[in-house]
Order: sequence, then structure tokens, then C-alpha cells
Amino acid sequence: MIWEAVRLALSSIRRNLLRSFLTLLGIVIGVAAVIAMITIGSGTTQKVKDDIAKLGSNLLVVRAGGPPAPGGPRIRAAPLDDDDVKSIAARLPEARAVSAASQSTARVISGTDSLSVSITGADTGYFVARDWGVSVGREFTEQEERGGATVCLLGQTVRSQFFGAGDPTGQQVRVGRLSCTIIGVLETKGFSGFGMDQDLTVLMPLTTFQRRVAGDRDVETIYIAGTDDTSMSEMQEKVEESLRETRRVPADREDDFSVRDMTQVAETMASATTVMTGMLGALAGVSLLVGGIGIMNIMLVSVTERTREIGIRLAIGAQERDILLQFLVEATVLSIIGGLIGIALGLGLAGAASMSMSLPFAPSMAVIALAVGFSGLIGMAFGFFPALRAARLDPIDALRHE
Amino acid sequence: MNEPLITFDKVWKTYGEGEARVDALAGVDMQIRAGEFAAIMGPSGSGKSTAMNIVGCLDTPTSGRYGFMDVDAGALDRGRRALLRNLYIGFVFQGYNLLARTSAVENVELPLIYRGVGARERRALAMDALAKVGLQNREKHTPAELSGGQQQRVAIARAIVASPKLLVADEPTGNLDTARSHEIMDLLTGLNWDQGLTIVMVTHEADIAAHAGRTINFLDGRIESDSLRMEAAQ
Repeated sequence: MIWEAVRLALSSIRRNLLRSFLTLLGIVIGVAAVIAMITIGSGTTQKVKDDIAKLGSNLLVVRAGGPPAPGGPRIRAAPLDDDDVKSIAARLPEARAVSAASQSTARVISGTDSLSVSITGADTGYFVARDWGVSVGREFTEQEERGGATVCLLGQTVRSQFFGAGDPTGQQVRVGRLSCTIIGVLETKGFSGFGMDQDLTVLMPLTTFQRRVAGDRDVETIYIAGTDDTSMSEMQEKVEESLRETRRVPADREDDFSVRDMTQVAETMASATTVMTGMLGALAGVSLLVGGIGIMNIMLVSVTERTREIGIRLAIGAQERDILLQFLVEATVLSIIGGLIGIALGLGLAGAASMSMSLPFAPSMAVIALAVGFSGLIGMAFGFFPALRAARLDPIDALRHE
Repeated sequence: MNEPLITFDKVWKTYGEGEARVDALAGVDMQIRAGEFAAIMGPSGSGKSTAMNIVGCLDTPTSGRYGFMDVDAGALDRGRRALLRNLYIGFVFQGYNLLARTSAVENVELPLIYRGVGARERRALAMDALAKVGLQNREKHTPAELSGGQQQRVAIARAIVASPKLLVADEPTGNLDTARSHEIMDLLTGLNWDQGLTIVMVTHEADIAAHAGRTINFLDGRIESDSLRMEAAQ
């Protein structure tokens, strides 16, 4: 009987193709919106997670100054220095790497080309701590680092801007007023979660950076990389202890530095985008509801228009439940077809958006199943009233209906 | 003589209240036996349509008893009357009342769908019924592709496909020319004679009524006259 009703519904939908299409447009748009929003949203979440994973896993990042007060500037504090780094390294033998780094922006010149580039000075632990390898040439050595050798490595963007695909090792570039020899090229790192091109960079030994570029002995950031089985919170405690000692923070004062666990930052940001995705999805869900009202509208029109047909069916012995089922199935089939078209459209939209925003395309089977189920449910719910109306018609009146 | 198939026992049908009260049927007593072909005649407002609706179990009397096949059909609820119609009554209407854009054979199958007959058996029975009304090879045509006479034949095939006990015909020739009308009447008469199908037909044309063996005239909600024709009664 159900199968019979589905067949009947399909042929009735086919007979009124244009009207059927207009009816399910509401559902199509609703489902497409939900699918597109949630797919793009989870793509964004995925992207944020990936980006932060690129910073390195199991990574603590230490900076001078407390965390920014809400709405206010960062609390000012003395910069970190070499002693802080040495003390942390001594206290954390289990760390895979402890690395000090400083950054500034400078103009880099090669021949007649010039670029504004982020310059990083770091010690040799940096490659391990940031999980950043060398694709051409070599890392700088500890001797070069301590001696302040004028050598540098280029990020992929800088390399391709200056040298195309060629091997730049052995060539000279000018970083500000400093001329240094290129000894290698870093691997591609891509964009950061904050939209910065991490490959638009030049890396040199920290001592060289301090003496020749920054002109001070400050350390801006300390990276501490744990192994896979180190407890990040334990490590964080040890780092905080060590810093309070070396920076002589009185017991009654807040830390004048911040230690951030990048995994936690990743999770926070990911959960923020997840909430965002949920909200957008719910908003799109409202349009699904509106689509349902559209279905009810058209089903009511359809019942009125087909009063005579209903009269014939009732006269020749259809039960109320047969008529109810017929119109209910028709509304449900209609909205499920709408749901399926909506999924195709939504995935298409999400695919195009992901491509243009270079997000990962993350369609979720669960969301798709939910959308189909929900659109079917909407068809049933909003189809029920018109169907009941049809089933309750008096066959004599219905047959007389013109 | 056969058992009475249809029994009206002081059947009243009233609409409205007080001043506006109209008696469509005013205490009608009537019996129609199995195998009869009865024509119900009368001017409009005489109550013949109301009587036909009650006979067809589409309507119920306000008071009095309507017995169909020994069942107090007037006292049954909607669902049971629908079942009765589906199992034992076939309908032919003036305006054919076929489903548009639906092939002849699918139209004929319709009552069987509501009986829960399987698709293959349904198709076979429908093709049989179409053959009985002389419409072999027209099963794929939709009503729009058929003439009025052919449409009415499809409607008759639909009415007899489920082998009913009773065929209720409401002005079956009202939309047809004389030649077509007599073809349809010959078909109905044939069903009555060959298969013993009981037919109750409403008409206002005397020459159409003349095909029936019995003519019941209604006037103002009462039976004015009830006559058998000799050759049909034999």
C-alpha cells in the first residue's frame, strides 16, 4: 500500500512538474543553506586545527608580558633573555627542544628586487621546536649561531620571488643593512591561522639577529617542544616556575609572562568555530521551516484542485486513511526530493566556497542524513493538515465540485 | 423471485431546520430485488438523486431504515460504508469522472487498488473488464484521447471490474448523443441480462428509462408510480 502510494505520488508530481518544482524550491534552498553552512563551517574548523598543528604539536610558546586584559593593551614587562632560556632548558631535560627566537620586519634586497619580509633570529633548536625542516641546503650550525655568522635561510615565498625555482645557496642577500650568505631554503609552511604567509620569511642565527638587525639582546619568544608522551600541563608548570625564579617575580605578583599551550589554543579556536557553525546551521534551519510552510500551502491548493478526484476515489471505496496516506506520502516524497536536490546544491556551493577560500572540503554524512530526514519530517508535518482535509471530504460534495 | 437486495423502510431525508426544513425524501418505501434493472425518474428536486446517494451508500437516511444485502447500511459509519461500496457497488456518473492524464487501464484498476489486489492480478482483471465493454486495444489511452462514449465505457469497466452486486448509474447518458446513448444502454442491459447485475439508474429521459425493466417515478420526495414492463419482467 505504501509502495502504491509512493508510485501514485511520483506520477502526480510528474503531472504537475512546474508546480512541484516551485513547491520544493523552499525545501531545496533550506537544505542547501544548512548543508553549505555546516560543510563550510566544519571546513573552517578543520582549517584552524590544521593551521595550529602547523605551528608544531605539543608546543609551549612563552612571551614576555601577561595575557592582554580584556579590551586593554598587553601588560608591559621586561623582555625575556638568554638566562630565562638556559634555566628552562636545564629544568626540562625531557623537552625535545627549547628554542629562543626574535622577530622583526625588514626590507630584503636581492639584486634589484626587494621585499618586506618577516625576519626571524633563532637558535638551532628552532627547526625541531617549530617542526620546520630544510628543503635545499642546510641548517646553520651551533658555531655559526654562537659566532653570529652572517648566514641565512629563505622561506619558500622569498625564494620563489627572488630566484624562482632555482637554487639560491651561496648567493648574497641584504637584510636591512646586513649582507648575508644564503645557506638553505626552508620547507613550505603555508598560511598561519591568522592569515599570515609563514613562508614570507628569512631565518638567521639569533646572535646575528640580535647584534646586526635588532641591536639588543632580547628574546621575544621561547618555544618548548615536548615529546608525544610528555604531559603539557606538567611542562607548563615547570616553565612557569623557572621563569618566576629567573625573572624574580615576587610571590604576591601575577606572572609578567605568558605560557601558551598551542594545542589548547587550537581547541579553543576550533570550538569557537564549531559554535559559529551550529548557529549558522540553525539560522539556515529556519529557512527549512519556511520551505515547509510552502509545502503546506501548495498541498492545500492541490487538495482543492483535486477535490473531484478525491470524490471519485472515495466513491469507489477508498478509506479515509487511503486518501490521508496518498497526500501525506505526496508531501513527504516532494520534500525528500527537495532535500536531495538541496544536498547536491549545498555540497556544490560548499565545494566552490571551500575552493575559493582554500578551506578543506569536509562534507559530513551525518549532516546529510539529518537534512534528508528533517526535510522528510517537514513534508510529513506540513502535509498532514492538507491530507486530513482531503480525507475528511464528503464524497457527494466532492463529486459535485467543479 | 430473488431476495430483495435493496430495502427502503419509511426512509426520510431532511435538510435544514424549522422554516427552512426541506424533505428530500418523505417516508419512502421501496424494494429492489437482485437482478433487477430499475430506472429512477422524476423532475429535479423530486428526491431521486438523494435516493440514489442512499442506495449507493454515499449518504444515510435521517430516519427510517436502508437495508442493503441484509445489512442496515444506513446505520454504518463512513469507513464501513466505504468498504461496502468498494466490495459490492460500482458507480457510473454523468460526467464519466475518470482520473485525468491517467490511462484507461489504470482508471479501471482503481477500485482494486483499494481492495489490496496485487498489481499483476489487477492488470488482468482490468483488461478483462475493458474487453467486456468493447475497449480492447484502448487501454493505454487517457480520457482526453477517448470520445465521450468511450470514456463512459471505461467508467463502466471501472464500475464492474470488482464484480459488484449493484451498479449505480447517475444519468449515464446525459452527456452523450442519441446513438451513443443507446450503445451505452445496450451495454448496461447486456450486463443486466448476461451477468444478472442489479442496476439502479437515475435518468430524466423516458426513452433511456425504457431500457430498464422497472421505472420508479419520484415526485416531492415520494414514489409517485412504480411500474414493470412486461417483456423485461419475463
